[in-house]
Amino acid sequence: MNKKVMQGNEACAHGALAAGVRFFGGYPITPSTEVAEVMAKELPKVGGKFIQMEDEIASMAAVIGASLTGKKVLTATSGPGFSLKQENLGYACLTEVPCVVVNVQRGGPSTGLPTSPAQSDVMQAKWGTHGDHPIIVISPSTVKECYTLTVRAVNLAEKYMTPVVFLMDEVIGHLREPIDFDEVKDLEVVDRKKPDVSPEEYVSYAAGEDGIPVLAPFGTGYRYHVTGLTHDEQGFSTMAPPVVARMNQRLMDKIDNNLDDIITFESENLEDADVVLVAYGSSARSAKEAMRWLNAADQNVGLFRPITIWPFPEKEIRKIAGNVKAIVVPEMNMGQLKLEIERAAAGLTKVIGVNKVDGEPITPEEIINAVKGVL
Amino acid sequence: MFEKWDIRLSGTGGQGLILGGIILASAAVKDGFNAVQSQSYGPEARGGASKAEVIISNQEIFYPKIANANTLLAMSQQAYDKYCVDITEDATIIIDSTLVKNIGADKAKKRFIIPITELAKKETGREMTANIVALGAIVGITKVVSEEAIKEAVLERIPAGTEEMNMKALNAGMKAGQELLQTMAS
Repeated sequence: MNKKVMQGNEACAHGALAAGVRFFGGYPITPSTEVAEVMAKELPKVGGKFIQMEDEIASMAAVIGASLTGKKVLTATSGPGFSLKQENLGYACLTEVPCVVVNVQRGGPSTGLPTSPAQSDVMQAKWGTHGDHPIIVISPSTVKECYTLTVRAVNLAEKYMTPVVFLMDEVIGHLREPIDFDEVKDLEVVDRKKPDVSPEEYVSYAAGEDGIPVLAPFGTGYRYHVTGLTHDEQGFSTMAPPVVARMNQRLMDKIDNNLDDIITFESENLEDADVVLVAYGSSARSAKEAMRWLNAADQNVGLFRPITIWPFPEKEIRKIAGNVKAIVVPEMNMGQLKLEIERAAAGLTKVIGVNKVDGEPITPEEIINAVKGVL
Repeated sequence: MFEKWDIRLSGTGGQGLILGGIILASAAVKDGFNAVQSQSYGPEARGGASKAEVIISNQEIFYPKIANANTLLAMSQQAYDKYCVDITEDATIIIDSTLVKNIGADKAKKRFIIPITELAKKETGREMTANIVALGAIVGITKVVSEEAIKEAVLERIPAGTEEMNMKALNAGMKAGQELLQTMAS
């Protein structure tokens, strides 16, 4: 045993380091600042670089540039900063540059509640940048997961050549609890593919059968063009409809064809459940406690916790919806993931939100009351 | 046996209560318990209401916030007025009488009044060690963690060179707490 009491934000930064992240470009903002603090302290010790940029727009640009040199990269922000990153996040989606963007959600909109929790960036994480684009979004519920899932986020970014949003919330970011480092020391680390052809034969965006391009690190003799314009396999802009259609389709397919690899979740007591709670992030902790109490009172209540929020685990939700009286969705927003759950449930069951936007976390009692209303 | 401590440390930003909460949680983990520590505070670096919450349990802890504390430390009048109302009769409340002057609104039978900030100044010459004196008092009174664990946890989390001062503060708090406990028992 090698237990340390650590904060979620700190665990996220240490997970990034363990995954091989060697560049951080960022601009500090509550409640994410500790991620930057740890990276600033630790990166120089392992030969990495930390740059505090002038704002979040530049931070996002910096991590994209660093990633193109082959480095694994991370940036961390919250609400207003996440909004500023959106344009360049879209650029990373289209240019297929791996990066992990941590968003420790706080109350919004605008400057909102800088030190209070929220889960109101769920839809923004998916649709914040314009245009159809793929994105992977992961949400941790424990300090240990802040570590292990950051490793996974970096792995997925490198494997699928895509930005990954690590969607935390203030409760998890600032929560301290023990993490046993003996349990997390042998996590799998995925490295980006390198070209297996010579620079002369190399075509940057000619993805193989898996639909994932191999981008050579800049400075290694491979020359290619990177642009935010819709481009062809050579990386040069094009408006030719068949090429545009082909490239856009491939961009989505590289994620959509690998849902089983990308989507992870935790489930408990789903068999025989009359009501299933669907919750993520810190609200999943409230839901778990509520489930314990309800189970102790002989109520058949289960829990489904999406760990990957986007792409959304709709197949699993559809299955649950066919078997229960209701799905109850506690979230610290006005009902964002609930919309997606309703879509996946397709009228097979009632979907009831437990929503709270006052800057305080949802209590187990509030969830229990909602469940009692349908049982 | 299910055992759960819901401890709230409340006062003003800058008093070091969040650090106090971290130290208490670390000590509990050293003793083999599960612990979570959380906090809430305003945007100010100093001033404004601040609270740290520590839950200690021999089982897994899911919901990390406290509804009704069974142990409360109050280090400002505002904190006392705000949180003492939630306190049940069987809860333990520890009050810094240097800063809380109007006492009596709580129902707690186990009420410990200690001039924590004054004691810090007297023992170490530094008011800023009041959080460590308070930790000493909490451990002296409640025995929620062992003396060895709290000492080790304090030493791990304080700046180098302040070990002696902080041990003095911790011991002063433990002594004050234990003496008060004996007085009340007799």
